[in-house]
Amino acid sequence: MKQVFGKPKSLTENPFTYCPGCSHGIGHRLVAETLDELGIVENCVAVSTIGCSVRCWRNFDVDVVQGAHGRGMAVATGLKRALPDEVIFTYQGDGDLAAIGMAETMHAAARGEAITVVFINNSLFGATGGQLAPTTLAGQWTSTYPNGRDVDWTGEPIRMAEILASLPSTSYIAREALTSPKRILQAKKAVRKAFDVQINHNGFGLVELLAACPINLKLKPVDAVKWVEDKMIPYYPLGEIKNTKGVG
Amino acid sequence: MEKTMMKGNEAIGEAALRAGCRYYFGYPITPQNELLEHMANNLPKHDGVFLQSESELAGASMLYGVAATGKRVMTSSSSPGISLMQETISYLASAELPALIVNITRGGPGLGRITPAQSDYFQAVKGGGHGDYNLIVFAPASVQEMMDLTMLAFELGDKYRTPTMILGDGIIGQMMESVTLAEPVEIKQKKPWTVGRRKDRDYRNLVISAPFTNEEMVELNVRLQEKYREIEANEQRVECYRMDDAEFAIVAFGIVSRLSLAAVDSMRNKGYRVGLIRPITLWPFPEKAFASYPQVKGYLTVEMNEGQMVEDVRLAVNGAVPVHFYGRGGGFTPAPKQIEEKVAGIMEGGDLA
Ligand SMILES: Cc1ncc(C[n+]2csc(CCOP(=O)(O)OP(=O)(O)O)c2C)c(N)n1
Ligand code: SF4
Repeated sequence: MKQVFGKPKSLTENPFTYCPGCSHGIGHRLVAETLDELGIVENCVAVSTIGCSVRCWRNFDVDVVQGAHGRGMAVATGLKRALPDEVIFTYQGDGDLAAIGMAETMHAAARGEAITVVFINNSLFGATGGQLAPTTLAGQWTSTYPNGRDVDWTGEPIRMAEILASLPSTSYIAREALTSPKRILQAKKAVRKAFDVQINHNGFGLVELLAACPINLKLKPVDAVKWVEDKMIPYYPLGEIKNTKGVG
Repeated sequence: MEKTMMKGNEAIGEAALRAGCRYYFGYPITPQNELLEHMANNLPKHDGVFLQSESELAGASMLYGVAATGKRVMTSSSSPGISLMQETISYLASAELPALIVNITRGGPGLGRITPAQSDYFQAVKGGGHGDYNLIVFAPASVQEMMDLTMLAFELGDKYRTPTMILGDGIIGQMMESVTLAEPVEIKQKKPWTVGRRKDRDYRNLVISAPFTNEEMVELNVRLQEKYREIEANEQRVECYRMDDAEFAIVAFGIVSRLSLAAVDSMRNKGYRVGLIRPITLWPFPEKAFASYPQVKGYLTVEMNEGQMVEDVRLAVNGAVPVHFYGRGGGFTPAPKQIEEKVAGIMEGGDLA
C-alpha cells in the first residue's frame, strides 16, 4: 500500500502529552514538517520555554535548550550569536512571550535577531490552569477573573503581532489560526516563511498561531476550535502583517 | 612575563580574554562599569561578541544560551543586578552549564549605595536562587588575583560543568596595581554535551532543567550533590598567614583580608601571636584549614557586612573555640587599627577558652 500521510521525520517517537483537542500538537507538526522540508534537523537548535509546551524537547528531533519562563528569545539570542550558522527557533505560549517575557520579546525583536519565533496564542495560561493572559479576550472567563475579563480593571488584550511588526528591525510577522484544514495549510506557509526569513535574509521572523485550549476554555474540542474561530479571529485578524524581505 | 598596571575590574576582563572567553553580556551598574567597557572595547578585536542586554534577567539568559554551546561566556554586575540573575543562575546549575558571573558587590539591602561591601556573601555561597545548588565562589584580594582567579574560574567551571562566581568589592575592582599577565590558554577540552551542529554524532543534545519524571529529578539532585562533594574535597583554597604558632586568628576575605594582614603584622611586632586565615574560595569554604591549627584558642571574623561568613567559620570550628565577629554593613571599611584594637580586646579580656 502506498503511504500518503505520516509522522514528520523531525518528530521523535515520544507521544505528545497534550490534552485531547489541544492545538499544540498541530503547532508541533507544522514546525516539524517545515524542518523536514528544509532538511535542517542537523543544524537547528530549538528553544523550549515554560508553559504546556515546556517539554517539546521530547518531540522535536533537534538539539533543544530549555529556557526560563519568558526568556526564550534572550536564550535564542545567545545561541544565535554563538552559532550564527545554525537555525534557531523558539516555541512559546502567550503567557510566556507576552506577560513575563515581554521585555525579552520586545528587545530581541528590536535588535532584529536572526531567529524564528513560533508563538502559540491560546488566550490564557494553560499549564497553570486557565488564568488571565495579556491576550485574554474582554469578558472571557479565566480562573483568576471568574466573572470575565473586565477591561476597565485589567486593560484590553494585547495584539503582539502588530506591536512587533511596528518595530523597524523585524522582517516577517504573520498571524494565522489552527482551526480548519484550510487555515492550517495557510499557517504552514507562514511558519515556513518565518524560517526562510532567518535562513535566507538573517531576519527576525515570527508567526502567531491562534490556538485552542479546550480544557481551560471548559469546552469540547470541537467547540473550543469554534470559539477560536468566532471570538478570537475577529479581535486578532489573520494574515501577513509584515514581510520586508519579500519571502514567499 | 609581561607586567602592567591595571584596575581590578579590567584585570578580570583581560583574564577572561586570555582564558578564551569571547562572549560577554551585561547591563551597566556601578562599581563594575570598567569591566563592561573593557569587554565592549576589546571583544570586537578578538572577533568576540559583546552585547549590552536590556536587563540582567535577559543578559543572564543570553549567557545561558551561549553556555549551552560550550563556549566560554561571562557576565558581570553588582548586587541588585546579581539578584535579577538568580533565576538563570539556578537554571545554569540545574542544566550543568559552566559560565562566569562576576559580582562587584555594593552595600545593600535595596538599591543601597555604591560603597564597597561584602553583604552578598550569603547569596553567593548558599546558592542564591531557588533549589539545592552551589556555585564555585572566588574571593580575590588583589588585582593579580582578579586575573588569576578569573582564569581558574573558567577552568574549574568547564571541569565540573558548573557556574562559577567572582565575588569582589568596589575597592579591589577599582584600585590599580601591577599585575603579571596570565598566559593565554588554548581550550582543549571536548564537550560532547553541547548543542549545535549535529553532523558528527548520532544523538541529539538536550540542555534542560526540567527532567521528565520525578525519578529523573531525584537523580539530577543526587548527581549534583555528588559533584559538589567532589568539589568540596578538591577545590578548597586558602591562604594561612603566620598561623603556625598563632594562638588567635583573624578570618577575612577580599579587601578586608589585606587590612587584617596589616593588623596581624603590627600586632606581631608587639608580641601578640596572631595569624590570619584568608579563604580564597568562599564555596567550597576552606574548612580543612581550620583543623590544621588546633592550638588556636579563638577566632575573629572581620567582614564588611552584618556577619555572614562568621556562620561558616563557626561551622568549621564546630564549637571547639569561641568565634567572634567584627563588622558592619552599608559601606563600612574597617581600618587595621580598629581590627587590632578589637583583637587585643578579646585576647586581653581573657575571652579565650
Ligand atoms: C518564574 C515563573 N513564574 C511562574 C511560573 C508558572 N507557570 C508555568 S507555565 C505558566 C503560564 C504559561 O502560559 P502560556 O505561556 O500561555 O503557555 P500555555 O501553557 O498556555 O501553552 C506559568 C505562569 C514559572 N514556571 N516560572
Ligand atoms: S492545558 Fe490547554 S494548552 Fe495545555 S495541553 Fe491542555 S489543552 Fe493544551
